[in-house]
Amino acid sequence: MQFLYLLIEIVIKCVVVFGGLMLVVAYMTLMERKFLGRIQVRFGPNRCGPYGLLQPFSDAVKAFFKEDLVPGRADKAVFVLAPTISMIAAVSLFAVIPFGDQFTVPWTNWVVKLRIADIDVGLLYVFGVVSLGEFGIILGGGSSGNKYGLLGSLRAAAQMISYETALGISIVGVLILSQSLSLTEIVKVQGGGFWNWNVWYQPVAFMLYLICGLAEINRTPFDMPEAEAELACGFNIEYSSMKFALFFMAEYAHMVGLGAVVVTLFLGGWQPIFPQLGFIPGIFWFCGKLFLILFFFIWERGTMPRLRYDQIMQFGWKVLIPLALINLVITGLVVSLKG
Amino acid sequence: MIIPILRGLALTLSRFFSKPITVQYPEEKIPPAERWRGIQYFEKDERGKTKCVACGLCMVVCPSQCISIETAEDEEGRRYPLTYELDAARCIFCGFCEEACPVKAIFMGKTYERVESLRKPLLMDTENLLEEKKVNP
Repeated sequence: MQFLYLLIEIVIKCVVVFGGLMLVVAYMTLMERKFLGRIQVRFGPNRCGPYGLLQPFSDAVKAFFKEDLVPGRADKAVFVLAPTISMIAAVSLFAVIPFGDQFTVPWTNWVVKLRIADIDVGLLYVFGVVSLGEFGIILGGGSSGNKYGLLGSLRAAAQMISYETALGISIVGVLILSQSLSLTEIVKVQGGGFWNWNVWYQPVAFMLYLICGLAEINRTPFDMPEAEAELACGFNIEYSSMKFALFFMAEYAHMVGLGAVVVTLFLGGWQPIFPQLGFIPGIFWFCGKLFLILFFFIWERGTMPRLRYDQIMQFGWKVLIPLALINLVITGLVVSLKG
Repeated sequence: MIIPILRGLALTLSRFFSKPITVQYPEEKIPPAERWRGIQYFEKDERGKTKCVACGLCMVVCPSQCISIETAEDEEGRRYPLTYELDAARCIFCGFCEEACPVKAIFMGKTYERVESLRKPLLMDTENLLEEKKVNP
């Protein structure tokens, strides 16, 4: 009986998180187009429904009815599999994110924790899954039998190697501070007001994580694999219909995922700003912080031009990795000196 | 390197909070320029008929040859156009007909939204030209 209840709980959690994520991803595309429009002093989509609010659904219907092409020279199995890999990796990232504290189901003593899985190596899992997402891009571009696709996936591979190192190293400082790999534990350590958040103790790591994360999800200053101007959309050049939509959704889900990880690691997760505001459920704090991070992602996209390929590589190897290492050494020194 | 990025971010944020300058076209319209040449119309005289005396100058001067006139005389010996056909599908809106007209009968209007799915409605005769609106609705 206990097992059955647990099963029901997990299924409900999965459905809620997946549905919520898909809704957020759908409206993320609209939000990005709207906000980019406002940054460029225009309105953005506002014809489909009130204020353009039905635009994501119209896009989805359009994607469904487009022709699903597989190029003749493509490696068919890999070509079909690639968007799925991207999507699965992006969605499964949310399995370990703590969205809030726990609550008791009314009239029972069944305690529900607001996270799908509370595993002890949560952070390792996050890193593994995030880098899996990049494989979707590499395989998709390489298997499409198109030179631009191949170039895009080569760039994705190079970018992954150079930026994931700095990404990994920048996180170690947080690990030293919280003494745990479990995301639940990391959030708990940051409780009790915004002055306890990791962003004040690890500001360099915060910046590094944001920058490397942008490179990891191939967002604008680092969107080398996609580069419309020079590679004609790079890795997804041969994709159409739902396969393209899957890549697109995976990209946005990755963005939301990156934002969720930043919130969890540096901005106190679901913890309120002041401990007195604890009566507001954690999920609202989490969503509010996530919104701010996502707004920043759109904002910087509207600001920065795409870097050149060699600039990206130099920036990654000569600036970010040394900075991450210095930050790690200083954190280790301070923590060990304090005892 | 960081200062320019921050300045750029500040600029985009100020643009984000500014009012969009887009004109929402079908709902809002910018009035056309003062010398805008749209579809022609006929100025009416005191009897509500056309002032045109069918001299044929517009027909001669028209570079795209979209005007054709058949002349007739009424009982008072006044010349008037029996048929006056203007093929708006061929008109290039140069305005030469307005310039050439000696009696100020034909003018270039301000209408710029004329769309038809057939060629027939674009073949305008005297009645159409008299009814044609002077300004864009």
